[in-house]
Amino acid sequence: MWKYLLKRIALAILILVGVSVLIYMLTMLMPADYIDNQTSAALQSGAMTKEDVQRLKELYGLADKSFTGIIKSYTSWLKSTVTGDLGHSFVYGKPVTDVLSEYIWISFMIAFISYILQIIIGIPMGIKASVNQYSAYDYSVSVFAMMGASLPSFFLSALLMNVLAIKLGLFPLQGLTTATKIFAQNAHFQIFLDKAWHLVLPISVLTLLGVGGTMKYTRTNMLEVLNSDYIRTARAKGLSEKVVTYKHAFRNTMIPLVTSLSGMLPSLFGGAMITETVFAIPGIGYMALRATTQGDIPFIMGYNMFLAILTVLGMLISDIMYMVVDPRVKLS
Amino acid sequence: MGLLKKLKRGKIEGVDNTTYLTLKDERRISKENNKIIKMYEKEKNRKHVPEEEYLTQMRDPSNVVEFDNLHTYFYTDVGTVKSVNGVSFDIPQGKIVGVVGESGCGKSVTSLSLMQLVQGPTGQIVDGSIRYQDKEGKCYEITKMPKDKMLKIRGKDIAMIFQEPMTSLNPVFKIGDQMDEVVLLHTEGATPESAKARSIEMLNLVGIAAVEKIYNSYPHELSGGMRQRVMIAMALSCNPRLIIADEPTTALDVTIQAQILELLREVKEKINGSIMLITHDLGVIAEMVDFVVVMYAGRIIEKGTVQEIFHNPKHPYTIGLMKSRPGSHNITEDRLYSIKGQVPNPINMPNHCYFYNRCDKAMDICSREYPAMIRFSPTHFAACHLYNEDGSDKSEEEKERR
Repeated sequence: MWKYLLKRIALAILILVGVSVLIYMLTMLMPADYIDNQTSAALQSGAMTKEDVQRLKELYGLADKSFTGIIKSYTSWLKSTVTGDLGHSFVYGKPVTDVLSEYIWISFMIAFISYILQIIIGIPMGIKASVNQYSAYDYSVSVFAMMGASLPSFFLSALLMNVLAIKLGLFPLQGLTTATKIFAQNAHFQIFLDKAWHLVLPISVLTLLGVGGTMKYTRTNMLEVLNSDYIRTARAKGLSEKVVTYKHAFRNTMIPLVTSLSGMLPSLFGGAMITETVFAIPGIGYMALRATTQGDIPFIMGYNMFLAILTVLGMLISDIMYMVVDPRVKLS
Repeated sequence: MGLLKKLKRGKIEGVDNTTYLTLKDERRISKENNKIIKMYEKEKNRKHVPEEEYLTQMRDPSNVVEFDNLHTYFYTDVGTVKSVNGVSFDIPQGKIVGVVGESGCGKSVTSLSLMQLVQGPTGQIVDGSIRYQDKEGKCYEITKMPKDKMLKIRGKDIAMIFQEPMTSLNPVFKIGDQMDEVVLLHTEGATPESAKARSIEMLNLVGIAAVEKIYNSYPHELSGGMRQRVMIAMALSCNPRLIIADEPTTALDVTIQAQILELLREVKEKINGSIMLITHDLGVIAEMVDFVVVMYAGRIIEKGTVQEIFHNPKHPYTIGLMKSRPGSHNITEDRLYSIKGQVPNPINMPNHCYFYNRCDKAMDICSREYPAMIRFSPTHFAACHLYNEDGSDKSEEEKERR
């Protein structure tokens, strides 16, 4: 078990190094870098000369775009990263780690709540649909699930914003706090309620998008289990249909379900880029999109490495969970 | 539209003919099926059924189970499959009844009908009755019993052993937990401790050596033979009156087969129960059973005591079966006899003898009507046009006439 973990961690480090090389190369090769973005207007109006721009580029370490230059700057980035220093973000003017730790929590809150909602809505729906296969319930739930899964997030967001925020005025359109309201210093509860009210729409969007997949996955696996021989044995024992479904069948359906859902856990920290941007919520996804469009290399690198670590971690967790829920699996 | 029709046509492949369904036919079938299934499901899901409705009388009080003209159909997308089509036989107290036949002839569906375990909603018991007599002499009509009452019989009075020991145990629960579950469910006042004691007693009974270790193992840690022993132990733990063994040895190797059969016979003596043994192995039948039922395409074609069937088979199919079995009596032939052809298409069964196209003694009348059951002795019956109603051979008569 420990040997297996060590092996996996060593492999993870190798993967992370590979990922970092790829991302670094790609961002460095983008045609317009941060300085070009910032100075193009001044350059055009004649307020800056090409020499000024070149000096700025050297200052930011973006001047040498040759292969050896990229390798050099990559190794210096790698050196400081190993010591835990991800560098300064160009756009936000703060250490990348500070930006990450500041904006991560709001993203995690949104993702985690919709994750929990997905589970408590999707799984029971999937079980019920599989028990009543080909019934009206099964068909309507499946259609609903497919619709949810196939809608693009920006479209669903725009739809909900239009209907619920603009037409009906039930929820605020964008942002995390009401700008026109002034709260007393110690009115923590009111501030919390205000934020929660702002988060209803983005959380519903994420839940609607995800619940269909969870439901379908549960239904498919449940159907497979319900047709197996040991379910017939359980019925032949005289167990009630409830015990057969929720104990004998669901315990087996849980194997793929738990492994895939627990593998999703780390990615909850990654933020929902599009949804956050549409709703203008200052989460990590929103910040990352802004940084990416402006060529903020330290932030792009920091954020993407963070995502890569989360992914590797997710795979590791789901492997370990496999061993926990399925007695037949031994990791070695 | 024509193209659409071609794409959607359901294919029915028979032995002698292959037919295609048109879109219209398919729609009609699914409409009819829905209607029929709804009707039966509604009947099955009724709550608070008065006891009088499913109490009945046995024809012969010495029987545990009586099948009477049982019909179990499957309403599939390509038509109605008459899996069990008028089956009648008895299982006497303390006897072993063997049911033989090719794959797909309705043996398993007959036993599943008895357990009310036919895979719904497509599978439905359409007609006939299954009578079951419990320890106190009360008789139940299984086909009319509500689901919740059936739960008290299933696993307790009628237990089942399945064909595939490798997949018949739940892989995520320990053997002990799965065994205790039955005891806790059916024994009044059972505690976890008493259930464990009972499970261990049963595991000992079926000849498992390291009982404590097996009790705490998962199914995948056991061999196939071991798992089948566990299944048998589980079936026995509530002292059933009838054990249905659905091809219990098919998936096991030959040495284990013999052990499992020996075990079944032993435990039958110990609990004084009956066994319904489903198999297509005639060797097993000869070794184990008291009565034989031969099924073909959903119907019984011959039944009798084991001596009658083995020494004096009447139906050409049974005769063919006897000839096709490897043994010392036909060692001179270099190849085993095999019955030519295949079982007819289960959908749209012909209105004549189902064995007609494979029978080497087929006559004119065989293609016109289904033969009636002919009685040869109080226990021996066969359905064949070769014999007169009093059991005499028609061909003999003809010979005499010449």
